[in-house]
Amino acid sequence: MHLYDLPLIFALIGLAFYTVLGGADFGAGFWQLIAGKGKQADEIRDHAHHAMAPVWEANHVWLIFVLTVVWTAYPTAFGSIASTLSIPLFVAGIGIVLRGGAYALRAGTTTVTEQRRVDAVFAVSSILTPFALGTVIGALASERVHVGNPGGSLVTSWLNPTSIAIGVLAVASGAYTSAVFLSGDAARRGEPAVADRFRARALAAGLAAGAVAIAALIVLHFDAERIFRRLTEGVGLPALIVSVTAGVATLGLVWGRRYEPARYVAAIAVAATIAGWAVAQRPVFLHGLTIRQAAAGDDTLVAVVVSVLAGALLLFPALALLFRLTLGGELRDSEQSSGEAPVGSPRRPLVSVRLDARLSVAFLVAGIGFLTFANAGWAHAIGIACFFGFILSGYRAALPTDVADAGR
Amino acid sequence: MTHVAAVVAALAPADQRYLLQARQMQALSFAVHIPLVCFGIAFPALLLYVESLYLRTGDELYRTLARRWSRIMAALFAAGVVTGTILSFELGLLWPNFTGTFGSVFGLGFAIEGFSFFMEAIFIGIYLYGWSRLSPRAHFASGIPIVIAGFTGSLTVISVNAWMNHPTGFRLNHGNVVDVHPLSALFGNWYLWHELVHMYLAGYMVTGFVLAGAYAFGRLRGRWGRYERTALAIPLAVATLASVAQIFVGDWNGREVAAAQPTKLAAFEGLGQTTKGAPVHILGWYSHGHVEYGIPIPHLLSLLAFHSTDATVQGLDAVAPADRPPVNVVRYAFQTMVGIGSLLALLSVVYLVARVRRKRLPESTWFYRAVVAAAPLSVVALIAGWVTTEVGRQPWVVYHVMRTSDAVTGAGVIPVGYVTLAAVYFALACGVAWVLLRLCRAPLDPASESA
Repeated sequence: MHLYDLPLIFALIGLAFYTVLGGADFGAGFWQLIAGKGKQADEIRDHAHHAMAPVWEANHVWLIFVLTVVWTAYPTAFGSIASTLSIPLFVAGIGIVLRGGAYALRAGTTTVTEQRRVDAVFAVSSILTPFALGTVIGALASERVHVGNPGGSLVTSWLNPTSIAIGVLAVASGAYTSAVFLSGDAARRGEPAVADRFRARALAAGLAAGAVAIAALIVLHFDAERIFRRLTEGVGLPALIVSVTAGVATLGLVWGRRYEPARYVAAIAVAATIAGWAVAQRPVFLHGLTIRQAAAGDDTLVAVVVSVLAGALLLFPALALLFRLTLGGELRDSEQSSGEAPVGSPRRPLVSVRLDARLSVAFLVAGIGFLTFANAGWAHAIGIACFFGFILSGYRAALPTDVADAGR
Repeated sequence: MTHVAAVVAALAPADQRYLLQARQMQALSFAVHIPLVCFGIAFPALLLYVESLYLRTGDELYRTLARRWSRIMAALFAAGVVTGTILSFELGLLWPNFTGTFGSVFGLGFAIEGFSFFMEAIFIGIYLYGWSRLSPRAHFASGIPIVIAGFTGSLTVISVNAWMNHPTGFRLNHGNVVDVHPLSALFGNWYLWHELVHMYLAGYMVTGFVLAGAYAFGRLRGRWGRYERTALAIPLAVATLASVAQIFVGDWNGREVAAAQPTKLAAFEGLGQTTKGAPVHILGWYSHGHVEYGIPIPHLLSLLAFHSTDATVQGLDAVAPADRPPVNVVRYAFQTMVGIGSLLALLSVVYLVARVRRKRLPESTWFYRAVVAAAPLSVVALIAGWVTTEVGRQPWVVYHVMRTSDAVTGAGVIPVGYVTLAAVYFALACGVAWVLLRLCRAPLDPASESA
């Protein structure tokens, strides 16, 4: 492994997280789409919404992480991909807008009919985005992108057998992981009937995803021969075996209603698929461009690696907290209030209003002096600090907490 | 300043007929996203302040207010997330040669921003859905990372914009980008700081005036209880103080632009010729090197830009016509921003004096009408400000290094994308407006509140 490989490994880890978590999010939309009508269908759609609501935003940031790491560390490759595959990338982006829009809109719905309409918007995105992003992976795997602006056909680079196969696989695997997660969430919330419905969906989607995966391998054999060979005979074989084993094991666990381990084994199946693709494709990034040739200079690579590692130290504990709270049922819509209310303390006397007002004027004058009349950088820094002092002390003067009672 | 536009473009586009459409599509995406960014910057802090009042006093009013605001924040934040995602797509989709050539220099800013975005998204999930089960203190604490991430996010994104306006941290060697130092390019760039402070204050102004405007509108309709007074006074206090400070910060911005981008400054003012003791014109129209029908204020530009009434200010004629931005667009955007900013500052002084001296909220109906008007005006000023700096940088995407026309994609599908995006954003705007109206009309009864 070299320095120039590291950012790509980070990006692939991000892609694995996005495929599992973001994919499950879109999968939830898929189940809403085919839920049908009636009370049971409403329960399905409601559960899919509530289980995803606290985490969906975080799940989508993984995609932004992947994009930014690739464009920083492999700018030429990113530029070529973005130009050549502009159509599927744009479609994916529109799908993401629809997903976020549907989330925002659901907060305003009051009737079941309105909810159905809003969920339909989300459902459209749940097919569009995973499929479009899958075709992008297919374009890279079948080496249909060259260096250039654009570097390849705008249409056949992503509308080809490999791309379509991987696009369908992305939709199917999202539906599968989503159903696994949702049945676990329902079981945990003590709704066994809903859990069983998602269990049936998980089993069906698991079989379907398996069939699509086999079909995709056959397509690769004819359309992306290098990847196929390295996956089935070469370096990618162990990953392929892990992926198949984990996929089958997930089915068994769901069958036995052991949803918690199934959650993680399903994630391993997805991650192994991505790892297999990555090692099989290495060292080729685009057609005629290796990873090494695509990499930015060492200073940039080091800065990316250090930033990502430092960021990960913040990110993973925060993510762990979010998922622990979500899975522990601490985060959900609820009418009830947490029992303990803070003890009301008597209001502070407000004698200091005049002092605050004077202080804020003093800060303002000093700020103007340092920022407007002085020219040195350090003076400007002091000036800005003074302006923030002006805002804070001015706020204390302008808003004593009596406003609610005496502010008429 | 002496760079030549000679970047070897590995990804140089074939002739792109739709450059203007690509720029408009990018501008549309920014104009939709940037007001939402303001709410990302300022709304969490306002919410936490209200929640802290609840923790301190135990008054249910503050809890009700915070919960209602948090529902609004959830809707706006969702729209901000997805429109921000579109922007990061577009950096590649519309400007692949910009990203492909300089990604190694500026990309790190967005990579770090990604982590801010993560922290925001994670803790907003906890904050929004933790009202009922977390202890009040834990819930309050879960909001603090959102405030910090709002700041670091704008820091990193603006560091990229500052770099585009004042590029450093690399060398051009026969047109190749070499000697790249991304950290010094982004954070060692003096051009960053005034932009950051200007935008940060703008975030508080927009959020404050828009919120206050909604409750002022309610007052005009006769809704004026204890709850509405509080909900108006808190954002209004923040917005008015920020508006006063913004006047001086804006002036500082002008001086920094004068130092680094004299052509942009000349476009702000429509200064055709390099002039000693240059004037400022209010209104009017720039044509053939002069502002016609404007109201001149002699020597003011020299005084403002260089603190001397006789200072020489560089005119547009210092560079070739092909290197000048579209003057009237930039100039009118600038005048709009400054004009609205001045009006808002005036309104602010009126409010602050009344509040501190008379210890009450103003009573005049005209005052509340003005606050209602301030809400859209502050958004217009915000967008005008970004038009000023972004169009003022043209024809360069990286100032004096790469032309926008060299950065654009060679893919010929721009018009289709533009129309699609415009339609989707129109629908999104209608949807968000509908949700906000619904949330406003929901009953005030605290028992029926849910996150």
